[in-house]
Amino acid sequence: MSEQFPDEVVTQALTRLVTLPGVDKPLALITLDNGHDHTRPSTFGPGGLASLEAALDQALAADVAGIAVTGKPFVFAVGADLSGVPRISSRDDALEIARQGHRVFARLRDVAVPTFAFVNGAALGGGLELALHAQHRTISGGAFVAFPEVFLGLVPGWGGTQLLPNLIGIDAAVSVIVENALSQNRMTSGPRAAKLGIADAVFEPADFLERSLEWAAGVLTGAVAVDRPPVDRSAWDDAIARARQVVAARTRNASPAAVRAVDLLELARDASFADGTAAEDDALADLIMTPELRASLYAFDLTQKRAKRPAGAPDKALARPVTKVGVVGAGLMASQLALLLLRKLQVPVVLTDVDQARVDRGVGWVHGELDKLAGKGRLSPDALNRLKGLVSGSLEKSAFADADLVIEAVFEELSVKKQVFAEVEAVVSAQCVLATNTSALSITEMAADLQHPERVVGMHFFNPVAVLPLLEVVRAGSTDDATLATAFAVGKQLGKSCVLVADAPAFVVNRLLTRFLGEVTAAVDAGTPVDVAERALDPLGLPMTPFELLSLVGPAVALHVAERMHEAFPDRFGVGTGLRRMVELGKTTVFSEPGVVDPELADAFTSTGTGPTAEELRASAERAMAEEISLMLDEGVVQAVEDVDLAMLLGAGWPFWLGGISPSLRRPGALA
Amino acid sequence: MSRSLREVVFVDGVRTPFGKAGPKGMYAQTRADDLVVRCIRELMRRNPGLPPERVDEVAIAATTQIGDQGLTIGRTAALLAGLPTSVPGFAIDRMCAGAMTAVTTTASGIAFGAYDVAIAGGVEHMGHHPMGEGVDPNPRFVSEKIVDSSALVMGSTAENLHDRFPHLTKERADAFAVGSQDRYAAALAAGKIGPELVPVAVRSAEQGWGLATEDEPPRPGTTVEGLAGLKTPFRPHGHVTAGNAAGLNDGATGCLLAAEDVATELGLQIGMRLVGFGFAGVEPEVMGVGPVPSTLKALASTGLTIDDIGLFELNEAFAVQVLAFLDHFGIADDDPRVNMWGGAIAVGHPLASSGVRLMTQLSRQFAERPDVRYGLTAMCVGIGMGGTVIWENPAWEGEK
Repeated sequence: MSEQFPDEVVTQALTRLVTLPGVDKPLALITLDNGHDHTRPSTFGPGGLASLEAALDQALAADVAGIAVTGKPFVFAVGADLSGVPRISSRDDALEIARQGHRVFARLRDVAVPTFAFVNGAALGGGLELALHAQHRTISGGAFVAFPEVFLGLVPGWGGTQLLPNLIGIDAAVSVIVENALSQNRMTSGPRAAKLGIADAVFEPADFLERSLEWAAGVLTGAVAVDRPPVDRSAWDDAIARARQVVAARTRNASPAAVRAVDLLELARDASFADGTAAEDDALADLIMTPELRASLYAFDLTQKRAKRPAGAPDKALARPVTKVGVVGAGLMASQLALLLLRKLQVPVVLTDVDQARVDRGVGWVHGELDKLAGKGRLSPDALNRLKGLVSGSLEKSAFADADLVIEAVFEELSVKKQVFAEVEAVVSAQCVLATNTSALSITEMAADLQHPERVVGMHFFNPVAVLPLLEVVRAGSTDDATLATAFAVGKQLGKSCVLVADAPAFVVNRLLTRFLGEVTAAVDAGTPVDVAERALDPLGLPMTPFELLSLVGPAVALHVAERMHEAFPDRFGVGTGLRRMVELGKTTVFSEPGVVDPELADAFTSTGTGPTAEELRASAERAMAEEISLMLDEGVVQAVEDVDLAMLLGAGWPFWLGGISPSLRRPGALA
Repeated sequence: MSRSLREVVFVDGVRTPFGKAGPKGMYAQTRADDLVVRCIRELMRRNPGLPPERVDEVAIAATTQIGDQGLTIGRTAALLAGLPTSVPGFAIDRMCAGAMTAVTTTASGIAFGAYDVAIAGGVEHMGHHPMGEGVDPNPRFVSEKIVDSSALVMGSTAENLHDRFPHLTKERADAFAVGSQDRYAAALAAGKIGPELVPVAVRSAEQGWGLATEDEPPRPGTTVEGLAGLKTPFRPHGHVTAGNAAGLNDGATGCLLAAEDVATELGLQIGMRLVGFGFAGVEPEVMGVGPVPSTLKALASTGLTIDDIGLFELNEAFAVQVLAFLDHFGIADDDPRVNMWGGAIAVGHPLASSGVRLMTQLSRQFAERPDVRYGLTAMCVGIGMGGTVIWENPAWEGEK
């Protein structure tokens, strides 16, 4: 196997014999340590597994009272080394990865002496599975555990699906293995893990290992009794049914991994450990060979690497410090931006708008949100005072005089935005960065008549601003490097992942989503029933249906972008009559109740039976997106296709198993 | 305003196992402040009747107060140990008598009424902080002959003591050293050494995690013949060797002090009652003789005589300096009252931590010696000082 893992950072299993008070024989204490600090957590590749196997041999040869496994500081182990997985080209090799893990971990489970895992820090995936193979577990109050496999397109296939439900019960196991993984890979804290029964005892980090060793000595001498509630086998059917509902709701069954994980959990009720782990071997081998997993690993890599080092960003050193921010507009978008800037930059933020009532409403909204955060304990009273003191409103743009950054979020009308920038330029310094949150207007035109057009940049956030992690940083024709670097630096401080895009209509995410929605609304205009169109993309497993997306974006915004795109590219972007009607009637959703088209929209969404079928619609939508991506690359809207995928992952929430978007379009059967 | 002094008691004391300093020592990759944290947490665990917020002060000594022994270690160790933020702390230094001074200082505060309960201790990681690290002696010391240049080299001051007291020969020093090793080994075998130890998880990048449960420095089986051939690094053909001096060590100690009425209120055990203390200065070139005047001071202030003292815990920085003390007071080199479980020559001397080791050991001896009323802890200090603390045994059964 090791030829597929030439870059493996081998986790060494270091063994020391430890004398425990009251215990005659020593305890073999195995430390998992890859020789790096906590920023490079320990993982198991072929070399690491071999080292662990050798350590277990060594421990057994030493005639010990027990064997315990722990990790280097802050890390227990974070699972399989996936670096070589993309190089695996045969199912047999994939199967061997599964089997090697099972074989080595089973050694810990099968030994005749008592075994312990001291979960001192992060225990993810295969790390947690190793801990589950021990007879007893302690966990640090500062540790956290998770099974990220299903999130990544795998299953916990080194025993996790069989051991966990038989330790903590099926319902909690469904939560940890399926539900948490599909909820942005939610982690479980050490104390919570102990409460769930994943660990038998929890100790504070300050003396975790000492207390764990003392506890282990107690177990060995019989002074400590380990009490675990019996597992309720009658709970299986309900929990598995719940798991299938969760998978259907979150993935529309488009992720083969999630489905297989539930199958394995179901099996764990009655299967022997040998049969259960053999089924895990098969599931892992199958999944490793799927395009969904390859896409997932690609997507994961993008979010871990490219998202942190944006391609094409100028030298960070060029960024100017931002010590005060102005926000033009006090509507909801502007207020959300103000709140985010305030919380993350912790500098004065001034909101302006055209009348006092709007300004007061904007500042009031920010105060209200801060109060809510304080109420939830997420802001201390001091921090609340500090942030409230930093936000203010003004009718006069002169309040921006000493700002280093002014962001506008006013009405999407070029003339209005030009007017705003002209007024702002009259009061601010020549270096103050002017940013626009426009979703579709030309930023180059917006800057054209300014004295310093080089200070104008696009910072396109996604709704809800506090949640979606993407920021499209738009370089207009005139934008200089210092301005661009400042936008990237601010984006990073705001906790966003930035993607550099050119000043092209609707940039990346909105352009693709609009093209995609355009195909759907065109199909409905052509007579495809709304419910068919609504479900036609289900096989992709998108986070929401097309009409749910329309409601989230808002028909008015969608129409504005669609019109603008139609203006720019009339051949490819239409404006749906149904969409126009929704905006005319002020409708925010197509449906008056779930599944029922609003009667007032009925004439615009009438099925004539002549539109494309679901399969035809999916194919045309995929073709349209492929074409649009190809055009964006030709136009130089992004540096590379990876940026398109990253933008769809982070700005549209498109799933890992599509790899964002482009890997799924290259699969056999796609673009049929 | 009228005041009355309160009795101060030593409730309980703990220490980490002591290690050998240097890259091969068991604490080579363990932080000094973590050693202190272990002691504080163990004291709190062993005394569950003490609510953490009732601790009024945490005084921790270290000779070199930089790096992992810096940042006001009494305060930072308290926070790292999980004591409430309301509990203050400070760092204190009197070199080898650091922990002893932490005790006398906080005990004085208790007697005065400023504190009810205090934690006092010390640490020295001589592997991370070799003796003399970062020192910058004022050139006037030498130019004005304020001290002899040998005064800053502790081994040389021990050689100077052999000059001053020629009858304290190398042979007597070596014999005393062998006695220290033998007594420690016997005490260890009898289970006397161990109950006060706090196991410490120790990590080495090369070996992984381990657990320190035993002292590393002792050399059981040491003989006078073996010691006779050792090098005398401080002087050609001198007297002081690695065998008749304490080594270079890593370790930490901590103890719990309380007003006696508060200890009773909280149901805390009373290990010893503080009788009095004294510190005194001597010529820095013969710093080892410091415990003589400090003991005279302490005896004078408490109205006791040396004959009232039933047990002695004397720090063995060098065999010759203990012999100088015994010689002055007319006590035999092998008197069974002195260092009955061995001393620093065997167990080690992580400078600022040692004072509390002496006290912890004395309190455990008191518990098994109800015939003894008073005990004494004393140690010499660099730059020419001595410190002595006299304790009363609460288990004393009275005159028979």
